[in-house]
Formats: sequence, C-alpha cells, structure tokens
Amino acid sequence: MKGMSVIVKKTTQLVAGLVFLYGVYIIAHGHLTPGGGFAGGVVVAGAFILQILAFGSDFLNLVKEETGSTLFENLAVLIVLLLAVSGLLAGASIFLHNWMPKGTVGELLSAGMLPLYNIFVGIEVAASILTIFLALVIFKEEISK
Amino acid sequence: MELALSVIVGFMIIGALYAIHAKDILSAVIACGIVGYGLVICFLLLKAPDLAIVQIVVETITLIIMVAVVLDSSREEAFSKPDTRGYISAGLTIILVLALLYFFRMAAGSLDTFGTSTLRMAGPYIEGATEKTGSANLVTGVIFDFRGYDTLGEATVLVTAVLGVITILRIKGKK
Repeated sequence: MKGMSVIVKKTTQLVAGLVFLYGVYIIAHGHLTPGGGFAGGVVVAGAFILQILAFGSDFLNLVKEETGSTLFENLAVLIVLLLAVSGLLAGASIFLHNWMPKGTVGELLSAGMLPLYNIFVGIEVAASILTIFLALVIFKEEISK
Repeated sequence: MELALSVIVGFMIIGALYAIHAKDILSAVIACGIVGYGLVICFLLLKAPDLAIVQIVVETITLIIMVAVVLDSSREEAFSKPDTRGYISAGLTIILVLALLYFFRMAAGSLDTFGTSTLRMAGPYIEGATEKTGSANLVTGVIFDFRGYDTLGEATVLVTAVLGVITILRIKGKK
C-alpha cells in the first residue's frame, strides 16, 4: 500500500497523536463525561487508520500488525469476561456485580468497576475496527499480487 | 426542535433517494454520507452526545473504506431495463406500503406521545443511578451496570463480526 503526498504526511504527524490522546481521554473519563469505551475505542482506531492511510505500509508489516491487533482484541474480551465473573470471588452471586468501592461521585477514580470495563471494552473496540480495516487492506494487496 | 429535526430527516430522505438513483456509484456513496452525518445532528439535537461521537467516527471510517472500494472497482452502475416481473413487484410494493400506511394511521391515534412510554421506564434509572453505580455519566452507569448483559453481548457481536471478516477475506487458506 502506497503512502500519500508530503502535505498529508506532515498533517498526519501533527494530528494523529492528538486524535489518539483524545480517544484515550474519552475512554478514561467515560464514567464522568459523555463517551465511554465504544466511542473512545473508535477514535483510537481512527488514529491508527489515519497513519496507515497516510504513510502506507508494506505487506509484512501489515500482517504483523493484524496478528497483534487480533491478539489484543481477544485478550480484551477475555479480560472483560473475567471482570464480569470476578464478583463471584467478592462473595456476590450475580454476574457483572459492581463490587469495588464506589468513591465520591465525579472524581476520576470512582464508580468501582465501571472505568475498568470502559478501558477494556475500549481496547477491544479499537482493535476490532483496526483488524477489519487491516483485513480489507491485506485482501487487496494479496489480490493485486 | 421538532421543526429542525423534520428538516434534517427530510434532507436524509433526499440523500437516500439520490443514492438509489445515482448513475455514478461514487456520488451514491457520498450521498449515503448525508444520511450518516444527518443522523449525527439528530443525535446532538436529541441530547445524546455519546451516540453522536460514535456515529461521526464510524461514519467517517466507513465512508473512507467505501470510497476506496468504489475507486478500486467500477464506478458505473449496472443498469437493466425493468421487465413485466419488475413492474408487478413495484405495483405490489406500492400496494403494501399504502396498506401499511393506512393501518399505521389507524394505530397512531392510540399511541402515547413521543417518548412518554420510554420515560416511564427511565424514571427509576434517572432517579437512582448516580447513587447506585457511583458514576457521574448516567449512560455509562446504565450500560455497564444495569444492562451489563447488553454491553457484553455487543462486545461479543463485534468479536464475531471480526472473526467472520477474517475468515471470508483469507485467500491463502482457500488454496
């Protein structure tokens, strides 16, 4: 896959980091401000897709990246499931039990398990969308060979 | 606000109709973008910024992917003249739509006004969610605590979709 022009590359260098940080902010503050795991994850995936589109990538790097993102995606879903059953260890008999201390409403470290769910769902969504994009790009490269 | 919503929904309908009838597939894809971005403004007007963020980013990414696909394949739409079967199906569709509209007109009188039936359910959520979950954002409190199963199901659906995409798009495994 070929990259784009110099203007696009420079703009991407300036913008991609900010987009990534914005996604991380939306995920981390999901229990305080609008957003959350799904919204932030999509923004993070957008930062990666922007870089791949602007700079281009050769075939081997794309395959390596797809392997990594698939691994991250599946591990994140596994961790969400483990968090969901972790309430059983704390003594409750419900799935998805919010057993951690709640803290004061409005602070960054509050709401018990919800920030953890947000972070891992965010990783899962970002990796999923990146994997779909990479699968399409790899398919195109394989077909044109 | 209902007036603004009606105008935007009208634009979305026009964009969708243009997308069906456009000869050039690229302009049809761009016209589909009108529907997506109009939906973003609808979400913002209806005070749902969570959904608006997701919708605007997903719409942009899908638009990029669809434009790339169209530029790689053909831009001309395959057009065939309708025969008798086509006319019969079109007539049946019109009759069906008219019948549905008639019965909807009959049923619309006995419906609640917009939003009241959902607000009856949402009342207890809005009242107690902040104390019960400790989350300042009510939406996160609802989707990860009260309706955690829904969120788990959505995450699983996404994983399954990725598995399907990877399975379909593999060329090496088929040989």
